[in-house]
Amino acid sequence: MAHDATTTGTGNTELVRVATSESRFARYGLIGIALCFVALFLVLPLAAVFTEAMRNGPGEFFTVLSDPETFAAIELTLLVAVIAVPLNLVFGVAAAWAIAKFEFKGKAFLTTLIDLPFSVSPVISGLVFVLLFGSHSLLGPWLQSHGIQILFAVPGIVLATVFVTFPFVARELIPLMQEQGTSDEEAALSLGASGWQTFWYVTLPNIKWGLLYGVLLCNARAMGEFGAVSVVSGHIRGLTNTMPLQVEILYNEYNFVAAFAVATLLALLALLTLVLKSLLEMKYSAQIAASRRH
Amino acid sequence: MEVRVQNIRKEFSRFPALNDVSLDIRSGELIALLGPSGSGKTTLLRLIAGLESPTEGTVYFGNEDASRKTVQQRNIGFVFQHYALFRHMTVLDNVSFGLTIRPAGRRPSKDEIRKRALELLDLVQLSGLEKRYPAQLSGGQRQRVALARAMAVEPNVLLLDEPFGALDAQVRKELRRWLREIHDRTGHTTVFVTHDQDEALELADRVVVMSKGKIEQIGTPDEIYDTPNSPFVFGFIGESNILRVRVENGQLWIKEHSIGVSALGEADGPAQLYFRPHDIELLDGNGGCIAGLVAMTRRVAGTRHVELDIGAANSKVEIELPPEKVTSDHSRIAFRPTRWKLFRD
Ligand SMILES: Nc1ncnc2c1ncn2[C@@H]1O[C@H](COP(=O)(O)OP(=O)(O)OP(=O)(O)O)[C@@H](O)[C@H]1O
Ligand SMILES: [Mg+2]
Repeated sequence: MAHDATTTGTGNTELVRVATSESRFARYGLIGIALCFVALFLVLPLAAVFTEAMRNGPGEFFTVLSDPETFAAIELTLLVAVIAVPLNLVFGVAAAWAIAKFEFKGKAFLTTLIDLPFSVSPVISGLVFVLLFGSHSLLGPWLQSHGIQILFAVPGIVLATVFVTFPFVARELIPLMQEQGTSDEEAALSLGASGWQTFWYVTLPNIKWGLLYGVLLCNARAMGEFGAVSVVSGHIRGLTNTMPLQVEILYNEYNFVAAFAVATLLALLALLTLVLKSLLEMKYSAQIAASRRH
Repeated sequence: MEVRVQNIRKEFSRFPALNDVSLDIRSGELIALLGPSGSGKTTLLRLIAGLESPTEGTVYFGNEDASRKTVQQRNIGFVFQHYALFRHMTVLDNVSFGLTIRPAGRRPSKDEIRKRALELLDLVQLSGLEKRYPAQLSGGQRQRVALARAMAVEPNVLLLDEPFGALDAQVRKELRRWLREIHDRTGHTTVFVTHDQDEALELADRVVVMSKGKIEQIGTPDEIYDTPNSPFVFGFIGESNILRVRVENGQLWIKEHSIGVSALGEADGPAQLYFRPHDIELLDGNGGCIAGLVAMTRRVAGTRHVELDIGAANSKVEIELPPEKVTSDHSRIAFRPTRWKLFRD
């Protein structure tokens, strides 16, 4: 009955309705389902994390965060990100540059290789490093005799993070650079610019929004990576635990407030990334579109 | 500056894009590279620029072997087909780019650079638009910014790849005339690529006709148009008709009819007769002419184009008549080419 009423009420618009538009009922139904889904799977867990962390008040929240081990985990996470993100920035730009602007043998293979970290489980990524640097590996004895500690130490964590987050920058840039082609660079060269000047004044400005976007995603993953880091870290408290690992340890010890407090920080990082990403998209979508269009 | 291309061969993974190409470009000359798509025009231009390196052969700038010089060292101005303006820079910054990136010793002062860039923008009639970004310009305006940018470095040679390719017919015509003016005023040695024969013939001092990676003919527009030296050039430049004929005793024959054209000194045998639609005279007689029935007539601007069915040769030709000459379909017309060329196959 209600459905009948609406159709008669909107009889005029029915006539001119575009073929692709749905009835009101279907539209609101779909929106409703989507909202429920988002609420159930995204908002609710986030809210749970925050309320759990604040259960005993903000005072407790800050106390648990200033616990030396937790604090060390935060420091380590920042350190890893500070090393891994710039490295992948450079690697990513170099790889994208090579793939997009040059012709060489094995290019398709290299492109596939860049995607590898995305396609294998992070745990496997971690295990690769254990196989490479572990005491039973080829390199292991040599490293040991020279007193170089890679596994279960900061270098291993950095390596695993770099490996896992490698594709973000490169994958963002490759299609962008391919679309832009090489004529801008050739124009700069023909005007007398050196290779470096060409990169700095022409290529970089052309890709900067894509690059920023890639770096943002890369950073989020670098700070949040669990699987690969978990395998190589050794979980030494106060030394080789990053924030995600620390959350797990605290949680397993039934230290819920502390676990959720650290989780809150990670969640905030995710939110911040999202906000920055949307800001970037909003503010520069026109320019990104323009630079893709040319 | 004088540019000489000597016996250049260029292969892209075995495929020869250019084959034994030689070309002398005189200082201050405006030269057109004309040819169908894929004939190697862009490749030749990029080889001169140093954006590609030849598989074999040498490019000389003046008396210097430029082959060992990089693009930067050759000091050329290149205008790309799609302009390749730096989109994040203003028009002024685009034009100044070549000067601002020079090492400190050779770089003019900031004011000097600005002054020169503004002068160039004035030359290309873009004064007042210096603060715009490329996205805020029309196609024709971008084209002119690209030209100003290339000229800012006082290039040895100015290379333009289909400079008007992306513009509509009206703007093309205007810019064409304007490019000639700029060239006459600045005197840069200029090479431009085009596949538009009108553009090449109207604009250039000399035209280089290319086909399939080879140079077919080099000459002034008059030479190219009036004395094409190969069937390809004849067919490619302007309108043309082809008839199968036979040479016998210094006369041209179609089947058993003499067409009243004497070809003294030509060896006997079959040949192809090439002539242009307007290089004909109408005749009344029955012998010593080419006769055909009117298949179709079209009025094109100041002339009447008549398509004739030449029964004897079993083919069609098109001739141009004055507009006052009215013909009805299937009426008979007899004519004789006044200017023609024979090619053997
Ligand atoms: N980088 C390349 N790799 C492989 N083949 C190429 C390359 N550049 C050009 N070619 C080939 O060389 C030939 C000549 O190309 P070129 O671009 O010089 O033609 P063009 O005369 O400029 O044609 P158009 O009028 O279409 O621009 C073409 O057959 C083309 O496919
Ligand atoms: Mg071309």
